[in-house]
Amino acid sequence: MNAFYEQHRDEIEAILAKYPPEHKRSAMLPLLYLVQREFGGHIPPEGMRIVAEILDVSVTEVDGVVGFYTLFHDRPGGRYRIQVCTDLPCALRGAEKFLHDLEDALGIKAGETTPDGLISLEEVMCIAACDKAPVFQVQTPEGLTYHENMDLEKALALVESWRQAQASTPAAEE
Amino acid sequence: MAEHLLLRHRDIPDIHRLEVYRAHGGFEAFRQAVTGMDPDQVTAEVKKSGLRGRGGAGFPTGLKWSFMDKRNWPHYVVANADESEPGTFKDREIMERNPFQFLEGVAIAAYAVGAERAYIYLRGEFWPVARWLDEKIAEMEAAGLLGDRLFGTDYSLRIYTHLGAGAYICGEETALLESLEGKRGQPRVRPPFPPQQGLWGKPTVVNNVETLTNVPLIIQRGADWYRTIGTEQSPGPKVFSLSGRVKRPGNYELPLGTTFRELIYEHGGGIIDDRPIKAIMAAGASSSLMVATDEALDTPMDYENPQKVGGLLGSASVIVLDDTVNIAWLVKKTVHFFKHESCGKCTPCREGTYWMDKLTQRIAAGQATRADVETLYSVAQQIRGKTLCALGEFSTMAVVTGIERFRDDFDAMVQ
Ligand SMILES: Cc1cc2nc3c(=O)[nH]c(=O)nc-3n(C[C@H](O)[C@H](O)[C@H](O)COP(=O)(O)O)c2cc1C
Ligand code: SF4
Ligand code: FES
Repeated sequence: MNAFYEQHRDEIEAILAKYPPEHKRSAMLPLLYLVQREFGGHIPPEGMRIVAEILDVSVTEVDGVVGFYTLFHDRPGGRYRIQVCTDLPCALRGAEKFLHDLEDALGIKAGETTPDGLISLEEVMCIAACDKAPVFQVQTPEGLTYHENMDLEKALALVESWRQAQASTPAAEE
Repeated sequence: MAEHLLLRHRDIPDIHRLEVYRAHGGFEAFRQAVTGMDPDQVTAEVKKSGLRGRGGAGFPTGLKWSFMDKRNWPHYVVANADESEPGTFKDREIMERNPFQFLEGVAIAAYAVGAERAYIYLRGEFWPVARWLDEKIAEMEAAGLLGDRLFGTDYSLRIYTHLGAGAYICGEETALLESLEGKRGQPRVRPPFPPQQGLWGKPTVVNNVETLTNVPLIIQRGADWYRTIGTEQSPGPKVFSLSGRVKRPGNYELPLGTTFRELIYEHGGGIIDDRPIKAIMAAGASSSLMVATDEALDTPMDYENPQKVGGLLGSASVIVLDDTVNIAWLVKKTVHFFKHESCGKCTPCREGTYWMDKLTQRIAAGQATRADVETLYSVAQQIRGKTLCALGEFSTMAVVTGIERFRDDFDAMVQ
C-alpha cells in the first residue's frame, strides 16, 4: 500500500470498517474527504491515485466522482471557502444583496479568491437553514461550519478573526 | 399549545442527552419490539398507524417495509438525511435537537425488516450533524442499545453515518444508494425498487428522517392512539418548514390537515409588512405555484387536499410569496437550481433545464419577447413524462404553473 495509507492507517482503517470488506468502494467519499483535508483543501491527481489504489478502482472513476460533487475541489481555493446561499427562500429574505455587499467589502466576486489565498467566496444552493437567512457555510480543509442570521458586520468580524489567526501562525503549511 | 411529538426538545430541552431521553420513556419502544414482538408484528403496527413517508411522496411506510424480499439477504435500512429541497430544514432540527428519537426509529425499522446494519446518509453540508450523531451512536453502544445480542436476544444491530458531498439528486433514493456505494449519484432505472434490490443489490428500506422519528411513538403508544392525530387518510403530526415572505419563518409541528392559513397567519405571524399574499409553494422549489385565494388558504395541508387547489404537499416546505415577488424572477431562480442539480443522465432533463435556464435568465433581464415565453412553456411541457427520475418533472412545476397562473408577470418583463 502507499505511503499515505501508512501515514493515516488508523483513520483509513476506521473508515473502511464501516462497510463490508467486499464493498469497500463505499468508502470513496469519506476517503476523498480525508485526502482533501491532507492536501490542504483540494484533491490533486496524486490524491485521486491514492484513493484509487486503496479501493482498487481506476483513477478515472475517482476523477468522475470528484467532479460530480460540489464539496470536492480539484484545484486549490482559499483556506476558508465562504459559501453563501442565494437560493429562492434565502433570496426572498435579502440573500442576494448580502452577497453583493460581501463581494464589495472583500473586493472579490463570487467564484474568486483573495490574493492572499485566505478566502474564496462562493454562491451555493439551499443549505437547509432558510429560516435564518442570510446564511453561509464555511468550508475549510478540516470540515464545515454554519453561520446563520448573518449581516455584513458579523461576516467581516469573522473574516478579521481568520486574518488574525493566520498572522499569528508562523508560515502556514501551504 | 399541544405537546410536541417530533420536535420534543421544544418541551424538553435536554432530550439530546441519553439519560434524559430514557427518563422520558426513550428506547422502551425498541426494547419492547426486540424482546416482545415479532418483526412482522412491528411492521403490522406501523401499517395500521397509517404513517406515510415524510420525504415527499407520502408512500405508506408499513407497506414499504412489507415489500422487502425475504428470499434475499442481508437486508438494510438507510435513513435519508439528504434534506436538500430548497425550503426544507426540518430533518436537521430533529437530528440536532432530538437525535435519539430519530435513532430509535432507525433501530426499530431495522428490527422490523431484519436488518443488522443501518446507514444514515447525510448531505455533505451536515458534516457537524454527522459528527454529533456519531457521538450519540457511541453512547447507545456503550449503553447496550446497539451492538451484538441486544437485550439478551440474538438480534444484533449497528448504525453508521455516511456523508454525501454536495448534490441535491442524492436525495432521490436510488441516486442516494449509488452515492453510498461510492459512485456518482445518478438515479437507477426502476424497477427493481430498493425493497427488491437496493444497497449492494440487497433488499433495502429507504426512509426519511422525520418518517423514522414517528416510529417509536407508534410502537410505544400504539397505532390507534397515533390515528387520533391528523386526518383519516393522512394521520399523525408533521413538521412544516415555513419560509419566504412571512414574519416568523421556522419549523412548526402541527397535525396533518392543518390549513395553510393557520400555518402562515397564526404560527408564521402573517406576511412581512402585512402585504397581500400572492402565491404558496407547498413543496419547496419543486412545487407548483398555488394562487393564494381564500379557498387555497383554507385548504388542509395533507396528502390529498392541496391537489384540489393546484398544489401538492410533497416535503411540506411551505414557501410564501407576497405581491413584491415577480413570478418571472422566481421561475428564473427555481430553474437555475434544477439546471445546476440535474445529474445529466437523461437528455430531456439535462438539455431541457439548460434551455429553460437560458430563457428564464433572458426573460428576467427584460431582454426577451413574448415568443420566448411560449418557447419556455413548450420546453417545459416536452420534459414532462420523459425523464428517468422526478427531478426533470420538478424543474417544470413552477415554470408551467407560473406561466399559466401569473402570465401578467411575464408579460410585464418582455417586449
Ligand atoms: C430529486 C429528488 C430529491 C429528493 N430528495 C429527498 C430528500 O432530500 N430527502 C428525502 O427524505 N427524500 C427525498 N426524495 C424522496 C426519496 O426518493 C424517497 O422517496 C424518500 O426518501 C422515501 O422516504 P419516505 O417514504 O420516508 O418518505 C427525493 C426525491 C427526488 C426525486
Ligand atoms: S431526470 Fe434529471 S436528475 Fe433525474 S436522472 Fe434524468 S438527468 Fe438525472
Ligand atoms: S434557501 Fe438558503 S438555506 Fe435554504
